[in-house]
Amino acid sequence: MIKYLHTDDSKCVGCMTCTAVCSQMYFKEDNPAKSCIQVFGMGKGAFHLVACDQECRKCVMECPTQAITVSKTGVVMINKSLCVGCLACVAVCPIEAMRYYPGHKNPFKCIACGACAKKCPKEALSVREKEESPAARRPFEVAAAVSQGGKE
Amino acid sequence: MKFDAKSFKLLSEWTYEKKPLARGYNMRTLHVDVGTRKVSEKPVSEDMKKRFIGGKGFGLRLLWDATKPSTTWDSPENEIVIAMGPVCGNTNYPGSGKSLVVSLSPMTGVPIDSNVGGYFGPYLKFGGWDALELQGKADRETIVFLDGNEGLVRIFEAPADLPQDTHLLAEALTHAFAKDEKDLQSVSVVSAGRGADHSPMGLLNFSLYDKRRGGCRVKQAGRGGIGLVLRNKKIRAVVARYKGVEQDSNGAADPAAVQRIGLKLHREIVVNDDKQCKMRKQGTAHLMEVMNDYDLLPTKNHKYGQDPKGPEVASWVWEKLFSQDVPDGCWFGCTLACAHAVDHFLLETGPYKGTKVCVDGPEYETAAGVGSNLYVYDPHGILEINFYCDTYGIDTISFGTMTSFLMECWELGVLNKERTDGIDLSWGNWKGACQILHDMAEGKRFGVLAGRGVKFLADYFAKEYGADPQVMKDIALHGKGLEQSEYISKESLAQQGGYYMTNKGPQHDEAWLIFMDMVNNRIPTFENKAEALHYFPMFRTWFGLQGLCKLPWNDVEPADNAKWPEPNKVPEHVHNYIDLYTAITGEPLDWEGLILQSERVYNFQRTFNIRQGFGHRKDDKPPYRAMGPVFEDEYEARAERYDKQMKEKIGIDPAGKTVAEKVKITREYRLKQYESLLDAVFKRRGWTPDGCPTPEHLKKIGMDLPEVLEVVKGRIEGRL
Repeated sequence: MIKYLHTDDSKCVGCMTCTAVCSQMYFKEDNPAKSCIQVFGMGKGAFHLVACDQECRKCVMECPTQAITVSKTGVVMINKSLCVGCLACVAVCPIEAMRYYPGHKNPFKCIACGACAKKCPKEALSVREKEESPAARRPFEVAAAVSQGGKE
Repeated sequence: MKFDAKSFKLLSEWTYEKKPLARGYNMRTLHVDVGTRKVSEKPVSEDMKKRFIGGKGFGLRLLWDATKPSTTWDSPENEIVIAMGPVCGNTNYPGSGKSLVVSLSPMTGVPIDSNVGGYFGPYLKFGGWDALELQGKADRETIVFLDGNEGLVRIFEAPADLPQDTHLLAEALTHAFAKDEKDLQSVSVVSAGRGADHSPMGLLNFSLYDKRRGGCRVKQAGRGGIGLVLRNKKIRAVVARYKGVEQDSNGAADPAAVQRIGLKLHREIVVNDDKQCKMRKQGTAHLMEVMNDYDLLPTKNHKYGQDPKGPEVASWVWEKLFSQDVPDGCWFGCTLACAHAVDHFLLETGPYKGTKVCVDGPEYETAAGVGSNLYVYDPHGILEINFYCDTYGIDTISFGTMTSFLMECWELGVLNKERTDGIDLSWGNWKGACQILHDMAEGKRFGVLAGRGVKFLADYFAKEYGADPQVMKDIALHGKGLEQSEYISKESLAQQGGYYMTNKGPQHDEAWLIFMDMVNNRIPTFENKAEALHYFPMFRTWFGLQGLCKLPWNDVEPADNAKWPEPNKVPEHVHNYIDLYTAITGEPLDWEGLILQSERVYNFQRTFNIRQGFGHRKDDKPPYRAMGPVFEDEYEARAERYDKQMKEKIGIDPAGKTVAEKVKITREYRLKQYESLLDAVFKRRGWTPDGCPTPEHLKKIGMDLPEVLEVVKGRIEGRL
């Protein structure tokens, strides 16, 4: 199973509580540019929420040092001690959920901790679980296929 | 077999104080004499930094100071210098992990420079050094170990039972020097292989530990025989360790700008690569069918540029064989990721027959050089030669060009089984080519003879086997003693210059002008060609000063590149480089300044050639196979093209002429054209008609150092 942050754009009113909670939690300041969840104004009172779906795992596949791994609960995590800050993961992320802040050494991303969901006044955010998918398995299949101890 | 460095016999140890790397420079270099086992450091002066920049510039400067005009490749004072450059080691801009290796070449007698990936260079740099000089000759098999975290250099005696071939040696030493399993990626090994013990085609393999594969990969400093120099010094391997690479390990003046510029290119690659060169899926092997389509893919010793069998080794064939979706960069953060591999490849010949291995490559040059050029269209054959070249430490380009020469000699009747010690060298026989490699590794007669390269072989076959000396000279594809790399140059005069008016010998890294010249006809006059043969070699030299790879410059392009003036220069990417240089070094730079940095080092290298007794006009001339059809059947195979040229360009009506006459007329015309090109290029480069930089030009570009002026004046006044 994969734990992830479920977003519901139709409920979002753009109050930015989530970005404040997230950036406070991980960077000790209220700054949307340092939030793992992003809120985009679409005009006419509509908003679009972006956070990692934990499922496509292109970043896991791309990381040259295997600093990006998947936790037991299916969450994509960055191991800062292994990260060389190349930002290849940022480039391959199809929804720009892998984030970086200029001058900070390592990228950052949503790890489905749920802190924002608890504070969201409109219940637009929730931590949920979903099934594994072929995309989610692909990085592990690739690694197994090329392993010198692995089978063809 | 497992090895532990703790059990290696320690011969000497040297420790140093760690200092921070700032703005891309350590401002000091490391000198290791394996003969005396003394280790020392040298400061980098502001003047050296300004004039020579880094990488190949530092390498040439240090090599010049270490050697004399009488120094040859096997003199103890000859060095192997590994230098990185200020931009090298940043993790954000794709292609930023290159080391430049410089040495007096066993093939040419002049400095060779070879650009190579792998983790060694960046680790050496983060360990505190802008360059490493290896000098002297050891009295026993030696391993040099540099620990950049602990600040020490150790010289060990190599254990007698240590494997010699790279795929085993790099693996053994990576495990021997890593602190634990988690430390394996912190170790990089430079080694050669048994083939390099016996051949001036010997190369250096630079390793990178691949966590997914759970093993070492290797990238090659391939050209010019530096592997033989390493083995002649009895150095079995040089090992670097550095743990803790971070985004700002390079000490950039503006790390956020480095991120921004790098990310911009990462994104461009992710979006455009699949529509452009497919480097991420096919690497440089994407060129195979393009070259075959344009009659540029070397076929049968560069006799032809095309064959109906071409598609059998086309890019899509390699894409299926290469493991996909693996981040195959040769340094962290290279999303162009062209360093592909074929995994679990079952070997059919040689000492490792029956084992499954990971084959690094083939890149285009290898697939063409040991594939189509040998008339080998069996991917398995290409992979097998590729693997053995790498593990024996043999350059696939020189090996491919040399073996195709042997196969043509076989076809011409110059060689037979008696003369090859039983090896059948018919076109396409890849097992025969492999046998040459195995014989080379084992030091057997024919393998060692072949490994001396085509310049030697052409003379040898004429003298010993009575071969026609002129034919031998015509079809032995080398310049200055170095085998030509794998593009057909005969239909592009500019590319003949691009290959043979180079400092180190015919290598495609200085200029690749074929499409510009031949297909798009953008540089029709001698002056146009001379300008291209000034600009591109100077521009491309800059990668070697910085520790950069050339490929992310034009193997991926901005989507709107064609709309801009001079799209061949990929102007947006040039601006990326200028911004990147400034972001790292804090020094301002513009486009002209970039070219000037290169021009200084380029002219220094030319002067170095002159100091060693070379660098004459005659040293810049190609064999005729690189310029036009040598044989009648070669002419007839492209008769329509050549007849048309005769009529339109030469102004002679081919009607009624015999093929022999037409071959002669074409030859005379092309040789004359090349002389005119030499005149134009030397003039544009600020050189005399004999190819010597003038003192005035050296002054103008700021390379008027007294020792440089002394050499050029000596040549101009006829003393050198």
